[in-house]
Amino acid sequence: MKHTLAVLVENKPGVLTHISGLISRRAFNIESIAAGYTEEPDTTRITIVVEGDEIEQEQVVNQLSKLVDVIKISDLTAVESIQRELALIKVKASVKTRSDIINIVEIFRASIVDVSRETMVIELSGDETKIDALCQVLEEDHGIIEIVRTGKIALSRGPIPAKNQ
Amino acid sequence: MEMTGAEAIIESLKNEEVDVVFGYPGGAVLTLYDALYKADFNHILTKHEQGAVHAADGYARATGKVGVVIATSGPGATNLVTGIATAYMDSIPLVAITGQVSVPLIGRDSFQEADIRGITTPITKHNYLVKKVEDLPGALKEAFYIARTGRPGPVVVDIAKDVFAAPIDYQYPKEVKLRGYHPLYEGDLEMIDKVFEELKRAHTPLIFVGGGVNLSDSSEALKILIEQTGFPVISTLMGLGSIAFDHPQFLGMVGMHGTYAANMATTECDLMLGIGVRFDDRVTGLLSEFAPKAKIIHFDIDPAEVNKNVLAHLRVVGDMNWSIPALSQRVQEVSGELKEQVRSWLEKIRFWQLEKPLSYKQDTDLVMPQAVIEKVSQLTQGNAVIVTDVGQHQMWVAQYYGFKNPRSLLTSGGLGTMGYGLPAALGAQCGLPERTVILFVGDGGIMMNCQELATAADYNFPVKVLIFNNQSLGMVAQWQRMFYGGRYSHTSLKGHTDFVKLAEAMGVTGLRVTRPEELSFVLEEALATPGPVVVDIRTPETIDVLPMVPAGARLDQMIFEEVD
Repeated sequence: MKHTLAVLVENKPGVLTHISGLISRRAFNIESIAAGYTEEPDTTRITIVVEGDEIEQEQVVNQLSKLVDVIKISDLTAVESIQRELALIKVKASVKTRSDIINIVEIFRASIVDVSRETMVIELSGDETKIDALCQVLEEDHGIIEIVRTGKIALSRGPIPAKNQ
Repeated sequence: MEMTGAEAIIESLKNEEVDVVFGYPGGAVLTLYDALYKADFNHILTKHEQGAVHAADGYARATGKVGVVIATSGPGATNLVTGIATAYMDSIPLVAITGQVSVPLIGRDSFQEADIRGITTPITKHNYLVKKVEDLPGALKEAFYIARTGRPGPVVVDIAKDVFAAPIDYQYPKEVKLRGYHPLYEGDLEMIDKVFEELKRAHTPLIFVGGGVNLSDSSEALKILIEQTGFPVISTLMGLGSIAFDHPQFLGMVGMHGTYAANMATTECDLMLGIGVRFDDRVTGLLSEFAPKAKIIHFDIDPAEVNKNVLAHLRVVGDMNWSIPALSQRVQEVSGELKEQVRSWLEKIRFWQLEKPLSYKQDTDLVMPQAVIEKVSQLTQGNAVIVTDVGQHQMWVAQYYGFKNPRSLLTSGGLGTMGYGLPAALGAQCGLPERTVILFVGDGGIMMNCQELATAADYNFPVKVLIFNNQSLGMVAQWQRMFYGGRYSHTSLKGHTDFVKLAEAMGVTGLRVTRPEELSFVLEEALATPGPVVVDIRTPETIDVLPMVPAGARLDQMIFEEVD
């Protein structure tokens, strides 16, 4: 099963190397990893989605916790949380096909952020199944030129932040 | 206090009560070496950076203090890698200070530049790249703290060249503030209660000790627990010495070359107390069949060890100096009952011990390696500091030396580093000048760092180097004999090297044993000779380390006979 971990780390150079190095060395099955600043300037928050059973998941948490620069790990799978991913999709679009693409975009509540004579760029945030579904439709009907996805980020519901969980 | 970065390092070393560093100078650390010179700081110059790092490791294992090594940037730093990995696998506290090219040159593939921080990330407990002199005291303070606390390990502090010369108003931090590092010393007492309940229910319990007991200096506490429970005890390679070999409850080493009694007891036990062990594959054999009847209780300071290799029924996370006495306190009141409970189990074990004790072929014409080790044990009364290299001799030393004291076996257990032995022995002797330090090494391993014989002579470290010269890479050849149809691919070392002359050329006394009747006399002479001595001992070529559990087999599937 999949686990979504919120990993709070020191905002220092080399921390991501430590984390990615550990993940590859221990052969952990990581589906996505997304990092960014937080409300505290000296802390970076990394959202990691791990695929594996409970034992593997425990090892990921234990081994990551051993890293000196890892401050706190909380498993958001166990709590109610909001999970989002952002995708930018560049799709083939001619004058004739534009209106159909606009229809699809509206249905998915995505938005169009760039248009050229041959392409459109679509922005969509949501859970990964929604992004997968949009990509599938666009690929089959129009053809996708390139995609970039951020990897999942997640935040628990309710007042308690991950650092205090 | 106003000073340079280099001087700040010296001050920090003094603050950490470092009395010796091992190292090798070079371009990026010139300023640091200048400061060492001016401060007349105790520095051991090896002949190779790898020698320096293994020496620092040997020093740390023998004394329990943090070993310190210094190397220059680029090749100097990369030459430390094997030694850092060796220390990491065996949880040895080490601080490696490396020079880096100056800040403006970093990342430009400059002369003697290597990203040692990136290279050592998977083999260090933590590492630093210091680019600003004001970060230097804090990094060093943290490095020593991280290296020695919790589960110990090596820490690299890579320092840009210009930082050494930069001025700093030096103040050493009084304490360390790390948000993400809180080693747990005292764990959950409720767990101790649960373990206690399991002990009362067990009929065939087994205490299984490892390197964690040696590292935490908790063997006294362990002895009390062992004697209160009356439970039999087995050990890993790294745990040897944490309980005396002649203790009536001790069954010997477990695993690939473990004793019959230890491996059978593991297979039959219904409760295993793993104390400071990590269930390495050389111990467990086929993992799924390891201790198949047992509930496993895992004592360790590192929570990540629990459930890494074997699933533990109960976990006791914390310092062994907390957990062992805490359990002892509970056990005290039922000591008599526990001993009664295991009476028939001990009889069964006694039978195994008598059925297949460790044995080897006695020979009047050949110098048997096992006989050499037994002789050395007898001459030193089991009280020497023993260092090994890696291979057959290492396993025979584990089986036949008879360790009495903690921290008396220094060996590369986890990484299995050939070439470790000689420099590690020098480091141990440096830290324990009054003790007899004996190195057992093969004719393969000695050549991997034989340049350090010159260091032994230069500093007059009186290490006794016993080379088991079977003109072969014995352990690899044994596997070729057993599993590769006797095709000795590149394991024959029949050559022209004369180890006596090699020793003499570097200023070390050289002796030789070719006949069994010479053994006693020459070993006594070696021990009585001041300064370093090399003894070239001609041992037979094709002897197997036995018993042996083939890789991936169950622990009770032992081979006892030589193959032809």
